[in-house]
Amino acid sequence: MPTLAIEANGLVKSFGENRAVDGVDLAVRAGTVYGVLGPNGAGKTTTVRMLTTLLRPDGGSARVLGRDVVDDADEVRRFIGLTGQYASVDEDLTGTENLVLQSRLVGLSRTRSKQRAAELLESFDLTEAANRPVKHFSGGMRRRIDLAASIVVTPDVLFLDEPTTGLDPRSRGQVWDIVRDLVAGGTTVLLTTQYLDEADQLADRIAVIDRGTVIAEGTSADLKASVGRNSLHLRLADDTQRDLAERLVAQMLDTTPHRTTEAAVITAPVADPDAVADLMIRLRAEGVGIDEIGVQRPSLDEVFLTLTGHAADDTPHDTERSAA
Amino acid sequence: MSTTTLERPVRTVATRVERPEPPSALSASLTLGWRSVLKIRRIPEQLFDVTFQPVIFILMFVYLFGGAISGDTTQYLQFVLPGILVQTVVMASLYTGISLNTDIGKGIFDRFRSLPIWRPAALVGALLADSIRYVVAAVVCLAVGMAMGFRPDGGVLDVVAACLLVLVFAFSLSWVFAFLGLTMRSAGAVQGVSMLAMFPLTFASNVFVDPSTMPGWLRAWVDVNPVSHLVTAVRGLMSGSPQAGDIGWALIGCAVLVAVFAPLTVRAYRRKS
Repeated sequence: MPTLAIEANGLVKSFGENRAVDGVDLAVRAGTVYGVLGPNGAGKTTTVRMLTTLLRPDGGSARVLGRDVVDDADEVRRFIGLTGQYASVDEDLTGTENLVLQSRLVGLSRTRSKQRAAELLESFDLTEAANRPVKHFSGGMRRRIDLAASIVVTPDVLFLDEPTTGLDPRSRGQVWDIVRDLVAGGTTVLLTTQYLDEADQLADRIAVIDRGTVIAEGTSADLKASVGRNSLHLRLADDTQRDLAERLVAQMLDTTPHRTTEAAVITAPVADPDAVADLMIRLRAEGVGIDEIGVQRPSLDEVFLTLTGHAADDTPHDTERSAA
Repeated sequence: MSTTTLERPVRTVATRVERPEPPSALSASLTLGWRSVLKIRRIPEQLFDVTFQPVIFILMFVYLFGGAISGDTTQYLQFVLPGILVQTVVMASLYTGISLNTDIGKGIFDRFRSLPIWRPAALVGALLADSIRYVVAAVVCLAVGMAMGFRPDGGVLDVVAACLLVLVFAFSLSWVFAFLGLTMRSAGAVQGVSMLAMFPLTFASNVFVDPSTMPGWLRAWVDVNPVSHLVTAVRGLMSGSPQAGDIGWALIGCAVLVAVFAPLTVRAYRRKS
């Protein structure tokens, strides 16, 4: 197996005037989870559709497991699985029927298909819904059946287009567990997401994409480091000491602390982590009790804001639905 | 962040299931046809246009217009039943385009297109399953007609041959609607345009009346309309005096439709983005 499971060079796709994808480069190592992070309309879905042979690129090239997505499209399809808003299951059919259909279409025998459908329903906690039409499924169940349909045979590369958008935290956690489990089994996963914490939790490497181009790439730690500025997070034992504590923080760290919604919590940017040690000694000397103290690296939200100049959910452009 | 685990551990997911050889073109088409049949079972309302609609048409035309047109409802029934059978089946082929368009809108086609299967399998599967609708339409028309007094003078074999001819025609015509289904923006648009094409095809023909009273320009169209040839061929077969000429013209019409629209449809399907 080549070390790179997915490689894209200068992928371009336009819809009329709109260059939805404008020169995307990606390199995804086999056996890893790669996160493509960006707001609605950034070009994530269009990129995935090109990588999965559903859409022909206008420019550039891409290879999945060493096979060209245009010239060897049939070969590529033998190794991939796809789950996304636009690659779903049949709402009128039941969970079992959908999985049997999918199993038959990848070439499993009739008997094996029924067996595999039952196995997947069982392990995705969908057995009770096996004979219900999918349109009556809840959001979380729906996403699990979508996922199950794309892994009736184990894909070498699995593409997940916004696998948890609109899910409640518990269902999100379930999808994350399934993804981790697949990766443990050797599958390479490329997932797109609008959620920074999802990329942070799952992805080994992350590409931040905005307006059709990759604007940053690296591990989540790399991306956070590129923004710099750690921050102090201090929780006081007694919030009546807040004014004193704020004054000490300002003095010792030579900065202005932020007020937070919690009276006992003070945060402040930290230029030199050593100064925090001095601050702690000073707080002790002044008799200020501490419940919790930590120096944190910036969150991916802050990274996104710094890189793009706008927040992740601040989306002035068209949605990808209308672009596609 | 929450890292809730499933109540039951995810075991079989990680069990590696090796990918077998992709299914043959025939197997993939039949599997996708099976999907459409399951959908008919799940939503039987979609059979309305091949069950209730022909009943209403037969009753309406025979009892409402029959006397005025032929002077006698029994005689008119004998004339109009093969026509209504053709009209019903031809109209049912329109549904192919609408259901394809709906499928694409819902994204299930993307899933199929990302699989290593023979590309036109989804189309062929849908068209095969639609043949079931055509058979239902033909059976309903014949049953209602015979209950009302329609008597085909041709034998059972001639009647079966007539129905087969109609089926082949509808299958050929459904490529046109499949093409529209793939190229138009919405299911509503497909329905609108298809109906527009359907009226001159079915009404401007010899389905309901003898064209000899029509003005010359209209008769010119009726004479080349493939539906007219099909109706004449079906009437011939059912009355026990098959006309080789009309059967031939109907089959040529089928061949032309498939030759033109099957490649166009497959091409549109491949390019669909």
